[in-house]
Amino acid sequence: MSTTLDRTVTTYDLASTPLREVNQALHADDVEGTYVIENPRGAHNVAVGLDAPVEVTVRGHLGYFAAGMNQQAEVTIEGNAGQGVAENMMSGSVRVTGNASQSAGATGRGGLLVIDGDAGARCGISMKGIDIVVGGSVGHMSAFMAQRGRLVIRGDAGDALGDSIYEARIYLRGHSASLGSDCVEKEMRAEHLEELAGLLKAAGYEDDDPAAYKRYGSARTLYHFTHENEY
Amino acid sequence: MCGIVGLHLRSPELYPRLGELLTGMLCEMEDRGADSAGIAVYGNDAWSPAGRGTVSLIDMALPAEEVAAALTADAGEVIETTVVGNVLLASGRLGSEVLLAAVRRVYPGVLVGGFGEDLAVLKGTGSPRTLAESWGLPRAEGWQGVGHTRMATESAVTSAGAHPYAVGPGECLVHNGSFSNHASIRRDLKAAGVLFDSENDTEVGARFVAHKLAGGKAVDEALTDLTRTFDGFYTLLVSNRDSFAVVRDAIACKPAVIAETDDWVAMASEYRALAHLPGVENARIWEPEPEVIYHWNRQEALV
Repeated sequence: MSTTLDRTVTTYDLASTPLREVNQALHADDVEGTYVIENPRGAHNVAVGLDAPVEVTVRGHLGYFAAGMNQQAEVTIEGNAGQGVAENMMSGSVRVTGNASQSAGATGRGGLLVIDGDAGARCGISMKGIDIVVGGSVGHMSAFMAQRGRLVIRGDAGDALGDSIYEARIYLRGHSASLGSDCVEKEMRAEHLEELAGLLKAAGYEDDDPAAYKRYGSARTLYHFTHENEY
Repeated sequence: MCGIVGLHLRSPELYPRLGELLTGMLCEMEDRGADSAGIAVYGNDAWSPAGRGTVSLIDMALPAEEVAAALTADAGEVIETTVVGNVLLASGRLGSEVLLAAVRRVYPGVLVGGFGEDLAVLKGTGSPRTLAESWGLPRAEGWQGVGHTRMATESAVTSAGAHPYAVGPGECLVHNGSFSNHASIRRDLKAAGVLFDSENDTEVGARFVAHKLAGGKAVDEALTDLTRTFDGFYTLLVSNRDSFAVVRDAIACKPAVIAETDDWVAMASEYRALAHLPGVENARIWEPEPEVIYHWNRQEALV
């Protein structure tokens, strides 16, 4: 344990401390302060289920479901994250400085997920209120069945972007390989430019021009089944 | 789930450490399946002596000397045998396909794990860690290795159902996932004269690739044909004596991570299997795109 000017930093080394001990310490009722986790070596389930306004920095690549179910905490992963990073996040923030695998931010209900690199397939699948900002590109079927929240993509999107999307909004600066069923481009009105500027600022990309982005969302033709629905 | 690992070495300085590094990769993937495991090692002189053909006989209960004598008598060449755990490796100064034909004549019922030059395939049931120890895998050397940890879904837990499937000369395939239309493809291959060892879906993929390669197609072409023919979920690692290739299906839900440095190319189902490789902190790391074929060839440093 080392002390900085105004707060305590607790460091855990996963090469010598079992992950379960680390996660249990982060789940303590009175947990507070700043934590550093070293030598993760691709471990799964690191810093899951946090529910306190702590800061956690992971130095290295992580496996599945990193920082899943997060509430309140600010988690930074200095490396790549495996599938399901920040899955079902409720609040707080998660930042991945490298790339993220598939299903990043899946089913998230709140908070902000930032991926500085690329995200794999199905980024933001079934998102329900989370905001996701991807510095690079996203894979196929991103925002599949997204219900609420915002997905910002500074690069390109793979096939079937926004397939069967409900009321989530997608902002895309690059090119999408194809749009999914019922996903359409929509007008960028003043309130959208403002919303996007706020998201870019929150993610640390305030130099981006919001006008360089296009907005996508639901055409709402799949809300009710009709004989004309295509599949 | 199943776990796949593969390591293609570029730096000859690492050849003596192939088995040690591959053991670490394989055992790290034990959580993904501990029903059975298998490995293929290219270039380990103790298992597959250079300049000889080698055939791997799985779960061979007969004494090694008896097998050597019987195969020598049939082949008309001196055949030597080496026992590696549950596997008996037979090798001799003749082509591996000629040796394989002798094995088929003398022991028609035996399970052949693989055959080739510079190739040894070991597989069996049980936990990957136990099997790796029983084979002495950490002490193996070579220029390339692949491995598989199995959680059985599509066929029984037997050595015949264990990966790798090494059904063509020097080649080998490991698979994570399942093929949904393997029965119909199996029928087509059987109609074309292809024989099978098991009811396993992966074997159909391996026989398909071997059939294409035998027909003159290159690895990339054979794998492209596979993506157009097979339905299901799959991450495949396909190796040859001098090549190393990875492909995923269009949905790409089965995991795969590739890392590359000047000294090696490695692939695994999860990053944690790569975390101990030398220089991984400076590796280029990415996930393969769906239906894109990633292919490396060995730079022949040897004359």
